[in-house]
Amino acid sequence: MNIGIGGWVAVVVASIVGGFMMLTSGWERPPIDSTQTGYRGLGMEILTNPRTEREVKAANQLPEVIPTAEPGGPLAREVYENVPVLGHLTECQFLRVMTAITEWVSPEQGCNYCHVEENLADDSPYTKRVSRRMLQMTAHTNLNWQKHVAQTGVTCYTCHRGQPVPAEIWFTEPGPVAAMGPVGYRAGQNIAAAAVGSTSLPFDPFSTFLKNDTDIRVIPTHVLPRRDEGATIQQTEATYALMMHFSGSMGENCTFCHNSRSFFDWDQSTPQRTTAWYGIRMVRDLNLDYLVPLTADFPPHRLGPLGDVAKINCNTCHNNVNKPLLGAPMLKDYPELNKAKLKY
Amino acid sequence: MALLNYEKKYRVRGGTLIGGDLFDFWVGPFYVGFFGVTTIFFSALGTALILWGAALGPTWNIWKINIAPPDLKYGLALAPLAEGGLWQIITICALGAFVSWMLRQVEISRKLGMGLHIPVAYGMAVFAYFTLVVIRPVLLGAWGHGFPYGIFSHLDWVSNVGYQYLHFHYNPAHMLAITFFFTTTLALSLHGSLILSGANPKKGEVVKGAEHENTMFRDTIGYSIGTLGIHRLGLFLALSAGFWSAVCIVISGPFWTRGWPEWWNWWLDLPIWR
Repeated sequence: MNIGIGGWVAVVVASIVGGFMMLTSGWERPPIDSTQTGYRGLGMEILTNPRTEREVKAANQLPEVIPTAEPGGPLAREVYENVPVLGHLTECQFLRVMTAITEWVSPEQGCNYCHVEENLADDSPYTKRVSRRMLQMTAHTNLNWQKHVAQTGVTCYTCHRGQPVPAEIWFTEPGPVAAMGPVGYRAGQNIAAAAVGSTSLPFDPFSTFLKNDTDIRVIPTHVLPRRDEGATIQQTEATYALMMHFSGSMGENCTFCHNSRSFFDWDQSTPQRTTAWYGIRMVRDLNLDYLVPLTADFPPHRLGPLGDVAKINCNTCHNNVNKPLLGAPMLKDYPELNKAKLKY
Repeated sequence: MALLNYEKKYRVRGGTLIGGDLFDFWVGPFYVGFFGVTTIFFSALGTALILWGAALGPTWNIWKINIAPPDLKYGLALAPLAEGGLWQIITICALGAFVSWMLRQVEISRKLGMGLHIPVAYGMAVFAYFTLVVIRPVLLGAWGHGFPYGIFSHLDWVSNVGYQYLHFHYNPAHMLAITFFFTTTLALSLHGSLILSGANPKKGEVVKGAEHENTMFRDTIGYSIGTLGIHRLGLFLALSAGFWSAVCIVISGPFWTRGWPEWWNWWLDLPIWR
């Protein structure tokens, strides 16, 4: 068939554009695994790449279990000074926790990352004061936030993974330098921030939703807009920014929690949305009650550009997996962690 | 229906692809041909099966009738009729009818001594449908990845599948497809308005021809693509829209499982500003 010069130009241009797309990175290939999560034909499904899954599995291996403490023996507070949170454990249990923390949090730096070598009871290293609060935070999470962490629970390792500072934390960012007045106003948008999946959405959903208690709901409950109800476009974009953070942190898409035909309707959403709802409240609670009050304890180099303390978001625990550490029930091997005194 | 006076000379024997002279006849104004018969067969059977599927379902509300593909667990096998099997047969009927119609266009083109532009153009739409209900499901390993046949239900599918890639507007092929759809509409509106204004002059004035039309666009935007060129351009824009639509959905899933915004990281990573 004679398609003419124009036809050939069209074919060549399409090939160049298509060829360029193929040259970009990140493409995958069949076979792709799929799981159905709703009625057939509605597109409620999860697609996973088995090659990527293998990498995820390798990146989420648990450390070897530390041998359990022998029963009996003196209490830690009888042996050591200044152990208000763990003093009621036996000495063996106490040492097991110390070993675990060293292995999970400061494997290279060792005990002296938190302790003064000559006087282990000395509270002057900020790391020691922070660790004590973190032990309380872990116990509090496991005891009071089971609607999110279930019986799987969390340990120091869930976030720290062998590093003194977990990889996924956040500070309030000042944002890019902007012109003064309305010219520089951008509502936090168009920065392609990693936190919001490289989209144009506002770059800091964390301060808005995971520290401040901002209403996430933006979908109106009436067909036509009304003056007394409904969110602004900026509020809507902020909500979607938070949702992008969720997807990134879980390594999942929107339909993991929502049926997109009606995002707000709980009856049509998946059960995971309930877990996420508690998760938002949990993160806010931990940030406000445990991390923000530690601001004065941290040295300046551990604080953010605006002088705020490192805070947690979904990805601090999740690390791009919908169940942290692929849902491995690590806590059950370390019952000592849940015995930390919440008040002393 | 009356035969137009000039139609007789186009009603010529031959040009058939299959069946020789057997179906080479007209019913009223309609050419039949072997593929006309198969079109009728598949359309009638498919429509009847849709009605059966609707009868099995909970509603006769035209908006809510839903004939869904099988559960993913059936993979690429046949499913029980009431659990997606009907969808499978209806899909075969639809493709049978669409392809028959396309081949009937080929036969008519051959009779008229025309190029095959019409069946090729129509074939692009069939290809897009084939991509949705056959190529992509086969690449993903289950018929259940096809879209459901229902007015609301297929919209739910579109929405959910779009959100599986977080924001489908970031899909580069989707961007191209949308751009071509808009541009083909723009081109048609420019062309249509030009022809209507030329063909409907003020009372007492003569109908304007190609020279006026060319001058109109030369004066407006400095260039006129011409009377033949506008149709070639229109065909290119329309076919490109269909082609990139098919590309945008077939890459979503089999060749990309994450969010589409992420694809654009190559732009953020360009060495000039990274």
